[in-house]
This record gives sequence, structure tokens and C-alpha cells, in this order.
Amino acid sequence: MEILVCIKRVPDTAENEIEINSAGNDIERDDLVYSVNEWDNYAVEEAIQLRDKVGGSVTVITVGDEESEEVLRREMAMGADKGILLTDEAFENSDGRGVAAILKAAIDQGRYDLILTGAQADEGAAQTGGMLAAMLEYPYASLVNEIEVLDDKTLKIGREIEGGKQEVSSIGLPCVLSIQTGINEPRYVGIRGIRKVASVDIPELGLSELGLSADQVGEAGSRVKRVDYFVPETGEGAEILEGDTEEVAAKLIEMLKARGGIK
Amino acid sequence: MTTHIFAYIEHHEGLADDSSLELVNAARKIDPQAQVTALVFGSGDSLDPLCQEAAKTYTEVWKVDKQELAYPNAEIIRGLLINLLPKDGICLVPHDTFGMDLAPGLSIKLNSSFVADVVDIEGADGDTLKTVRQEFGGQVSTHVNCNIAQGAVLTVRTGSFPADESKSASGRVTDKSDAAESVEARRTFQEVLEAEMGEVDISKEDILVSVGRGIGEEENIEIAQELAEAMGGVVSCSRPIVDAKWMEKSRQVGTSGQTVKPKVYLALGISGSFQHMGGVKGNPFIVAVNTNPKAPIFQAAEVGIVEDLTDFIPELTEKIKEL
Ligand SMILES: Cc1cc2nc3c(=O)[nH]c(=O)nc-3n(C[C@H](O)[C@H](O)[C@H](O)COP(=O)(O)OP(=O)(O)OC[C@H]3O[C@@H](n4cnc5c(N)ncnc54)[C@H](O)[C@@H]3O)c2cc1C
Repeated sequence: MEILVCIKRVPDTAENEIEINSAGNDIERDDLVYSVNEWDNYAVEEAIQLRDKVGGSVTVITVGDEESEEVLRREMAMGADKGILLTDEAFENSDGRGVAAILKAAIDQGRYDLILTGAQADEGAAQTGGMLAAMLEYPYASLVNEIEVLDDKTLKIGREIEGGKQEVSSIGLPCVLSIQTGINEPRYVGIRGIRKVASVDIPELGLSELGLSADQVGEAGSRVKRVDYFVPETGEGAEILEGDTEEVAAKLIEMLKARGGIK
Repeated sequence: MTTHIFAYIEHHEGLADDSSLELVNAARKIDPQAQVTALVFGSGDSLDPLCQEAAKTYTEVWKVDKQELAYPNAEIIRGLLINLLPKDGICLVPHDTFGMDLAPGLSIKLNSSFVADVVDIEGADGDTLKTVRQEFGGQVSTHVNCNIAQGAVLTVRTGSFPADESKSASGRVTDKSDAAESVEARRTFQEVLEAEMGEVDISKEDILVSVGRGIGEEENIEIAQELAEAMGGVVSCSRPIVDAKWMEKSRQVGTSGQTVKPKVYLALGISGSFQHMGGVKGNPFIVAVNTNPKAPIFQAAEVGIVEDLTDFIPELTEKIKEL
């Protein structure tokens, strides 16, 4: 089975406090720690496990800048066979449709039976997989938390729905699936593994190689545009308890007692 | 020209979801004069009462009754909607597991714009619809402009457009079953499996000590367990803790886990994503312990402590034990 996994390099929100820059048009990116999007890591692990079971290959692909190469290499260190970087100045500020169009153009140049994406990334839009499937005219399922290969034309899949229930379906290949966290336990990648793939060639494809025109992608092709970043003025928020640990603990205990928090 | 807005009504076991009352308010924020049509898709006897109910909120209801809609398979519904919706309409769908499945592809098929997980709408200015959404797990908000000249599909965050319960629309129900032509779907629904039950039922507990990714290591869960014991409560958690297999799924609070209604909810190292907070009901006394003073959890919490939980919690537990 030829499997393609679409991945993204994102700021790691578990490691960073996200701050808005002074112009309000971006977040402060200088000191951010980046990593592969959490959901994508599960998607790559799933692809590797499927390949190891039924044969074939795993390709990881991303739309991004030169620095995005590092997440491709990371996932290749995990076990993906190939990496492809889709990069061009013209791709900057693409909306969801633009990103999906870029991925579609690259997919049209290959032959994949199964395309995986993470269920969502840093923008929380959960849109790339569904858009891509519609452009490719492939069936789609989101939030997949189980995959079983039935034969070379059909998968049995589970989608995680509300309340942790699982919706079980069969789906025809080729198809696009977005992967939910928890589907597997992504393997650990050590420095050694990354060193091993450090010199593997990663092809870069831009606008002309993909046969795209500049008005389809980037700012020019976007019908959806982020105007600014801001911190909303909300209600008062929490009362922050000040003082040293002992004082704070004492204050909190009084509050907990008053609210039935200590039996 | 008036905008024609459509609201997709989700329903389970014959009852419309809360979102059905909220989408109409989102529509009014797009255009107070808009014609708003509820889309009620399904099959069998429960459909007519659902349409009647929707007609109390929406001036127009389009009913589509087909056998293949007995279960809401987004692949089938997308096909029907493509044949049914006008090309320049605006379609609103809840941002939940169904909406995520249906909506992005729908926007491509309708050749319209797409904005996901909309939390506010500041209105339309000509062809530009001004929406508000969040990024980075709710740590920052963004204004997002969407060109609606060729229509749009929006997914709407549940709870962001509080329902007005007036229900005075007395709308008209139109059967559109024939107009909505079926399209072959290559995804076939089989069954829904219930979530596994655990040894404790966190939905029945009054005191929950909930841990998130900020706990850092599996060994640290013990810190929370000791606090929960001292308080007379139990430990629950956010999704990453379950993904890491550190706790059972039945302990997970949130939209894809349990809905809890405790009196007291301690959120330790939890950022406060909407999917997590979506499972915390009944207006409990929420205490957040988090090293990031800007974490969204401090908006939901009544009391906040900006400290490393591995320092603070053992100290708190000791003091409670001394009582
Ligand atoms: C369809 C769908 C359904 C989902 N359902 C759920 C659900 O049911 N439940 C759920 O929880 N999530 C759910 N999620 C995931 C959700 O979007 C978030 O990713 C998740 O809630 C984040 O968990 P967290 O707050 O523990 O981790 P993070 O967001 O990583 O937050 C960790 C927090 O810990 C703080 N921290 C770090 N170190 C320390 C320390 N030493 N002391 C104190 N604080 C510290 C950090 O500042 C941060 O705020 C769902 C996602 C999707 C797409």
C-alpha cells in the first residue's frame, strides 16, 4: 500500500506561551520551540504500522518553508521512506483551500492508495483532509482512531465521535483519512535516528513544478484571510492567589472548605 | 439582496442537539434580515416531530427523508447538500465530530469559502463576512475575513451563540426529499460502539482533581491521587493523559470523553481547550493551577494559582492532611 501522510511544522503549545507581536499581525515567533503537529505524529505512526503489516511505502509531505524540512526528517527517522517539501514564496499565506490545492497538485504526480492527515493542527480548523478528499474526489473520514485493512480495495475504520463512542464504517480505497490522537503510541525518535536520515535527499517542489498558477494559491488565491491576532476582552477571569506557596495553599483551603471541596 | 442562510440541524434519538437553537443566532449575526432555513435530514417517524420543533425556531424548514439517512453518514449528506443548496448560500454546521466530517469537503464541492470553528461574527460588509476564531488551543484570537460572494460554509463552536428560547417562528416545513438527489457514497456505516466503562464513574463525583499534560510524567499522577484522597474526591484527566495510556479513557473529561457535573473541579496543568471544558457542566467551583498565566483555563476558573503543580500540589495535600 502506497501511503502519503500530510504533516505540518507548528509551534509546540505545550512548550510555549503564545504572545502576539507588537503589530498584532502575527505571534512572536523568535523564541518558539517548533515540532511536528501532535495529530500528524499519530498519522505517521499509523502509516508505518500499516506498511509493516501489508507492505508498500510511506511518504511524508508538507507545505512550508525551508525549516519545515526538519519535521520531514524527524518523521523519516521514525520510519517514513520518503519526504517531499512543497515550498515556494507564492505559497505564503495560503488559506485552507490553497494548502489543499498545493497538496492535490503533488498527489496528482504520484500514486497513493491511502492519504492521511492529522485531524487538526495549530489553527484548529480541521479542514485540510476533508478539502483534499473533495478535490481528489476520494471518500473521506475524519477523526479516525482505528484502521484495519480488509482487502486491497477496502478498509474498516473507526471514527471517534462524541462521548468517546466509536463509529465503525467501511471505506473504499483510495481515500483520505484524518487521524485522531490516541490511535496508537507513536515511537520515540532519538538523535541517532535523526542523524541517520540527515543526508537523505528531500525533493523540493514549487509553483511551476506543481503546475499551479500564482492566483490559485497564497494571498492572491485566498478567499479567507486572517486580519489580525488579538486577546479578547473577556470577563474578569480567575482571581489569582498571590503569596508564597504556603500562604496560597492556606487561602485555597479556606475557599475549598467553603465550597464543599474537602470532605 | 437578502442572504440565504442554512442551518444544519443535528439530532440524536429523535431530539435536536442544543446547537439547533444556537445556529439561528449565528445566522442573525451574519445578517439580521437573512432568510434562515433549517435543514432537517433523517428517516422515519421521528423526522416530522423534529421538523415541527425546528419550525418553532426557524421560519423555514427543509425536510429530507430518505432511508439512507437513518444514520447521519457525512459522505451521503454532503452529496445531498451539493444538489440541494444554492451556490451563493451560507451553510452553518456545528463544529463537532459530524461538522468536521462534513463541512470542509462541502465547501470545496460548492466552490464556496470555508471558516472553521467560528466563535463570533461581527457581521457582513458587502461580500466580506467578518468572523472571529481562535488558534493555538484558544491562547489567541483572530479576526478572519471571509469572501461570501460565492457562498460560504462555516462550522460554529457550540456554546458561542447562546440560544434564545423564544421559539416564536411558526415556520413552514417543505419536503425536499425529491430535490435532494442521492449520490453514491464510498463509505458505508456499520455500527456505533459504546465507550468502555471504567472502575469509577467520574460523572457522578462531586470533587474532581483533574490532571493535564502539564503533569509532565506518569509518576507525577500520584501527586494528584494523594490530593484527591485527602479531599475525598477522585482523579480525572484531559485527553493527552489518556492518549499516553497513563489513565483509562473512562477518566477523560471532555467532548470525546465524559461529561461531569462536580461541585469542585481542580484543573492541574490543563490549558482549558473548548473540547475539554465542553465536558465540565453544572457550573462548578473551578480552581486552575498552571505555570502559564495566559492559559485559557484562567478564563473559565474562579480561582487561579500560577505555579508549578509539582511544587504546589504536594504542599497543598500536606496542609489538607493536617486539618
Ligand atoms: C475532536 C476532538 C475532541 C477532543 N476531545 C477532548 C476531550 O474530550 N477532552 C480533552 O481534554 N481534550 C480533547 N481534545 C483535545 C483538546 O483539543 C486539547 O488538545 C487538550 O484538551 C489539551 O490537553 P491539556 O490541557 O492537558 O494539554 P495542553 O493544552 O498541552 O496544556 C498543558 C498545560 O499545562 C501547563 N503546564 C505545563 N507544565 C506545568 C507545570 N509544571 N505546572 C502547572 N502547569 C503546567 C501549560 O502551561 C499548559 O497550559 C479533543 C480534540 C479534538 C480534535
